[in-house]
Amino acid sequence: MREVAIIGVGCIKVGEHWDKSLRQLFAEAALTALEDAGVDRVDGVYVGNLASATLNSQQHLGALMADAMGMPGVEAVRVEAADASGGVAVHEAVRAVASGMLDLAVAGGVEKMTDAKLPDVEYAIMMSERREYVTHTGVTITGLNAITAQLYMSRFGAKYEDLVLFSVNDHKNAVNNPYAQYPFPITVERVLESPMVADPIRLLDTPGVGDGAAAVVLCPMERAGEFTDTPIRVGASTVATDVVNPYEREELLTLSSTRTAAERAYEMAGVTPGDVDVVEVHDNSSVMGVIALEDLGFVEKGCGHKFVAEGEIEIGGKLPTNTFGGLKARGHPWGATGVYQVVELVWQLRGEAGKNQVDGAEVGLAQNVGGTGATSCIHILRRVD
Amino acid sequence: MKPLNSVGILGYGGYVPIYRIQASEIGRVWGAGCVPIIEKAVAGIDEDATTMAVEAARYAVARAQVDPEEIGAIYVGSESKPYAVKPSGTIVAEALGISSSLLAADYEFACKAGTEAFQTCIALVASGMVKYGMAIGADTAQGRPSDELEFTAASGAAAYIFGRKSEETVAYVEGTYSYSTDTPDFWRRQGEPYPSHYGRFTGRPAYFRHVLSAAKGLMNELNLTVDDFDYAVFHQPNAKFPLAAAKMLGIDEEKVKPGLLVPVIGNTYSASSPLGLAATLDEAKPGDRILVVSYGSGAGSDAFSFVVQDAIEWKRDLAPPIKALIERKKLVDYACYTRFRGKLLK
Repeated sequence: MREVAIIGVGCIKVGEHWDKSLRQLFAEAALTALEDAGVDRVDGVYVGNLASATLNSQQHLGALMADAMGMPGVEAVRVEAADASGGVAVHEAVRAVASGMLDLAVAGGVEKMTDAKLPDVEYAIMMSERREYVTHTGVTITGLNAITAQLYMSRFGAKYEDLVLFSVNDHKNAVNNPYAQYPFPITVERVLESPMVADPIRLLDTPGVGDGAAAVVLCPMERAGEFTDTPIRVGASTVATDVVNPYEREELLTLSSTRTAAERAYEMAGVTPGDVDVVEVHDNSSVMGVIALEDLGFVEKGCGHKFVAEGEIEIGGKLPTNTFGGLKARGHPWGATGVYQVVELVWQLRGEAGKNQVDGAEVGLAQNVGGTGATSCIHILRRVD
Repeated sequence: MKPLNSVGILGYGGYVPIYRIQASEIGRVWGAGCVPIIEKAVAGIDEDATTMAVEAARYAVARAQVDPEEIGAIYVGSESKPYAVKPSGTIVAEALGISSSLLAADYEFACKAGTEAFQTCIALVASGMVKYGMAIGADTAQGRPSDELEFTAASGAAAYIFGRKSEETVAYVEGTYSYSTDTPDFWRRQGEPYPSHYGRFTGRPAYFRHVLSAAKGLMNELNLTVDDFDYAVFHQPNAKFPLAAAKMLGIDEEKVKPGLLVPVIGNTYSASSPLGLAATLDEAKPGDRILVVSYGSGAGSDAFSFVVQDAIEWKRDLAPPIKALIERKKLVDYACYTRFRGKLLK
């Protein structure tokens, strides 16, 4: 297997892009990444997307996006793994380049959520859960996460106001991210005063609905010098799954797919959790962010909320987390989210993170989750010195 | 668009049906934590867009002090015509004793059909083709049970009689400007009982884009700024949008409030901005300048600048003010409301 490098990144601002189609969104992000890499043609295109069939009446995204990029002829495929689609698309591209079957590849993610009405958006994401056991009950993703939050709070004595500090941190970081959907600060009080979505989760503790697209360009490390002085090494790229129905899992407060994927990733990259300088986690509401920190090995199970309350996830803390706003404030355009995470880590590792730069960041980790945890995708990126 | 000859409003009249349903009552039935308005006006079981148009038109005639026989054109704007095919204007004309030497047609452009009727009447009067023209916006708006529209979709009407500018003029037209695009934010297909809409798409790319563009276009054409206006009336789909539009234009909230009726009567669709203008005329002084901007989904906005004249002082008391029509009310529960609005079929 060859070592793989990221040589270009690009994304668009997450938001309501009423005047842009699914195709335009992806093309804009992908062409930005290609320009960043100084590349005008690649050998393969991997498109992460969750719901184009339901929300945009569009399938066949591989060819569609290759065409939109002006590259008909290249190998191209759409990758779907619920809202881990973006991360898994990067994973597939990494494997293709590592194997030697492709040299240059674009991995991107796109979601056009504002084409549909809100109930249809909710219905689309619920297709990520098991139809016969979960979806038919009418529960939403936020509803499932609320059950997790209730259990977390009662088992570990956490308060909701401690958990939501995770979302407050996201918003604080998003202020300096020109691509964030909600680039403004919020307070714990504002979260607690916002409308209840599913007890205890409040509106300002859940991602909004937004369109987004992000892309990265990959090449073998041995060729990276042809394109850039600051290639970022893909230290690890792993995917693991879990029982899909959350009620059949042994433990609701542990994402075993995240644990499995993270163990493999640390081994593959030859690092430990203590080596990670900056992390992007899939905080689909604050409790899921807290649990992620635990399952990634940064803090003991049941102590994540204390870690957050002590400010350790802030820039300047022990583990700067979601430094561009995370799902809550950068936005969560499902199939693109995992790619945004990778793009943001690249900015950090290149030293291009502006006001949110984590000093001396050398190792970054991204955790992208599908549904309530049936898929986890982990990327560990490293600066090349 | 400036008329070649000066044209103004000779008389105006509004109508708000007596029944109200509180938004919290709708929320009680369908479940809603926070509701967008206090209450909305509900047409009674024997009312429809034409009967309400007649009520408003009678008040307009009373204020205009014109012989109905001299009204040469009548245009009714509505998206809830009782007949899919058969004009509403002729029903109103017959009820008012308007002569048969008459131009009559119905307009449809979602919630701005009433102000389009304004423009046609202004043009016909300015050109000298008719002496007086009557423009009406009237609606018994539909909202699908449980849909967010149901909280605001209300009933009401407003009528305006236009004639050449004279001592009798309540307010004259300085100019009008329209901004229209193909923007499918809200629609109702033939044969469907309730409209469909695209959630947040009805905001920025639809309502705000058109309302702001029309307002700016008008001010640009007339060489006016927001500070030249003493009042502003915007289409009122909910309580938030018109105030947000005012804020974006830099118009003080106090200039909007006199015509902001949506919290207490709901969104009366084609009658919404015309009723807001009527409520503003009820309290304006001679010399005041009023900005009116309608909005119709699909989408477009008509903007107007009216300057109030001396005749307002003696004409406004010739018919009930909008405030009195709003205060005259009976609350109904959801059960009666479903019967009144034909939501329950026998």
